[in-house]
Amino acid sequence: MSGPSTYNPKSGIEKWIDSRLPLPRLMHDTMSTFPTPRNLNIWYTFGGILTFCLAVQIVTGIVLAMHYVASANLAFGSVEAIMRDVNYGWLIRYVHANGASMFFLAVYIHMFRGLYYGSYKAPRELIWIIGVLIYLLMTATAFFGYVLPWGQMSFWGATVITNMFSAVPVVGQAIATWLWGDFAVGDATLNRFFSLHYLLPFIIAGVVGLHIWALHVPGNNNPLGIDVKSPQDTLPFHPYYTVKDAFYLVCFVILFAGFVFYEPDFFGNPDNYQPANPLVTPPEIVPEWYLLPFYAMLRSVPDKLLGVIVMAGAILTLVFIPWLDTSRVRSCRFRPLMKQFFWAFTVVCVILGYCGAQSVEATAFGIPLVWVARIATLYYFAYFWLIMPIVGLIETPKKLPASIAQSVLGDSAAKPAE
Amino acid sequence: MAGTTGDAGTRRDFLYVASGAMGAVGVAAVAWPLIDQMNPSAAALALGTSEIDIASIQPGQQIVFKHRGLPLFVRRRTPAEIESARAVDVNSLPDPLARNAALPDNAPATDASRAARPEWLVLIGVCTHLGCTPAVSTPQQPQGEYGGWLCHCHGSAYDTAGRIRKGPAPTNLAVPAYTFMSDTRIKVG
Repeated sequence: MSGPSTYNPKSGIEKWIDSRLPLPRLMHDTMSTFPTPRNLNIWYTFGGILTFCLAVQIVTGIVLAMHYVASANLAFGSVEAIMRDVNYGWLIRYVHANGASMFFLAVYIHMFRGLYYGSYKAPRELIWIIGVLIYLLMTATAFFGYVLPWGQMSFWGATVITNMFSAVPVVGQAIATWLWGDFAVGDATLNRFFSLHYLLPFIIAGVVGLHIWALHVPGNNNPLGIDVKSPQDTLPFHPYYTVKDAFYLVCFVILFAGFVFYEPDFFGNPDNYQPANPLVTPPEIVPEWYLLPFYAMLRSVPDKLLGVIVMAGAILTLVFIPWLDTSRVRSCRFRPLMKQFFWAFTVVCVILGYCGAQSVEATAFGIPLVWVARIATLYYFAYFWLIMPIVGLIETPKKLPASIAQSVLGDSAAKPAE
Repeated sequence: MAGTTGDAGTRRDFLYVASGAMGAVGVAAVAWPLIDQMNPSAAALALGTSEIDIASIQPGQQIVFKHRGLPLFVRRRTPAEIESARAVDVNSLPDPLARNAALPDNAPATDASRAARPEWLVLIGVCTHLGCTPAVSTPQQPQGEYGGWLCHCHGSAYDTAGRIRKGPAPTNLAVPAYTFMSDTRIKVG
């Protein structure tokens, strides 16, 4: 997509197409010869895995939409019909439902990898910010999708999330009513959520295009976090990384298939097999696992507006990371202090997720979980707004290797051989 | 060029700005129907009233009805519950306003302005935090510390007059407009 092209059309047909629509040239330069750092590890295969996840969701989603009915009276029954009557409906729906969880599992690994290796730092700020946008679109899409089966969790999840907008001063209630199309979540809400759930994945696909386009300007970051200095530091994307990506994709699909075929309801909530009832809230409302940390933050604040601000702020904070990190070294591999804060941050996110899954009055070892969540929320924000800028200034990084090739091949091999 | 008047700009500038402004008005005019279509339709706005038979409700019991798509709590309070609601100092409440559709906006949240007839408490059963339906407290199964309701979603506790006492909910449970048609029938809305 950028840099000099190495495409060399051979046959007459290729030349004819290339001079009219240089699509083969684009494919060649971005997927075949694209110079890629030679030291990318397993954590760099999740970009490809995520593309696969998006494709799976779109394909299974289009098929499910052929059988689903977006109506408050018929939606639950139509989903049950997909499960029982439609040929292979059970398989397609379980792939789609578990696919959402797999998608988020992969995106979290992808994001934490970016955090650890400093992939958001210059000149890759826009790749990171576009990535945050993709993540936001994913959460919106997943939320709309979770509402569609119109079970108890669907209905009450939709109620709680849309009511968050009513926390906005003055116009909040009007916004909530506008989102619902009624005075409560109902038929009108379900229909528009279905429409948006069908639309957003294609928007995501477009933004993913921007993400990859932006990536192909500076090229991949790598576990060392140092720039590519010579052609010796790189390998062509094909076959080296197409094969590596394919191998780990197969590993990922084994895990995916394990859930689909052996524990298809592992991520689900039994309450969602009860049809929506606007008069009875289930005793425990929990979002899907991938939103639990944010849910714990919301619940840890005893004020409606502040709670919503904290939750939105937690995601919005990610946009500013490229400028909050003051270190000149990208990779935590050479940042002994930041590395420890990073792993503490990872544990804190898991703790937040655990707190979000428990009831509001739950305790652990005699400590109310709401206090655990409060301290964890504090660390979450402190990590980005205090630790990142301060540690970057006071930390003495380890010595960086001279080049990727030297680090991978050793001193002798890194010398020009030819 | 004729019509040019120094710093005030040319006739072409005027046409340029005027076209742009008209274009912006046109875009806004086209956008509004696309936005407003999401608001409740006239059919949804044509709210009905509900007549409810409350004869079967025993003291200490609550029955949930459906009114305008939302849960409607009708609770027949025991003397002890009424007493505990009256004993509270209104100024000490997180939300000191009545939130009663039949009263002015600034009415205080006394028990009398929450329940027209002390025995009967009629409320919209929607937690003012994020819209869950709070669970009712009974002597056998207390919900929260204040004898009223506890919202299990995020832990808001209401007292026996439906007033918020603890938790993230900002306001008291709403009291809809209702009238007693007889001792055993109310009309809501």
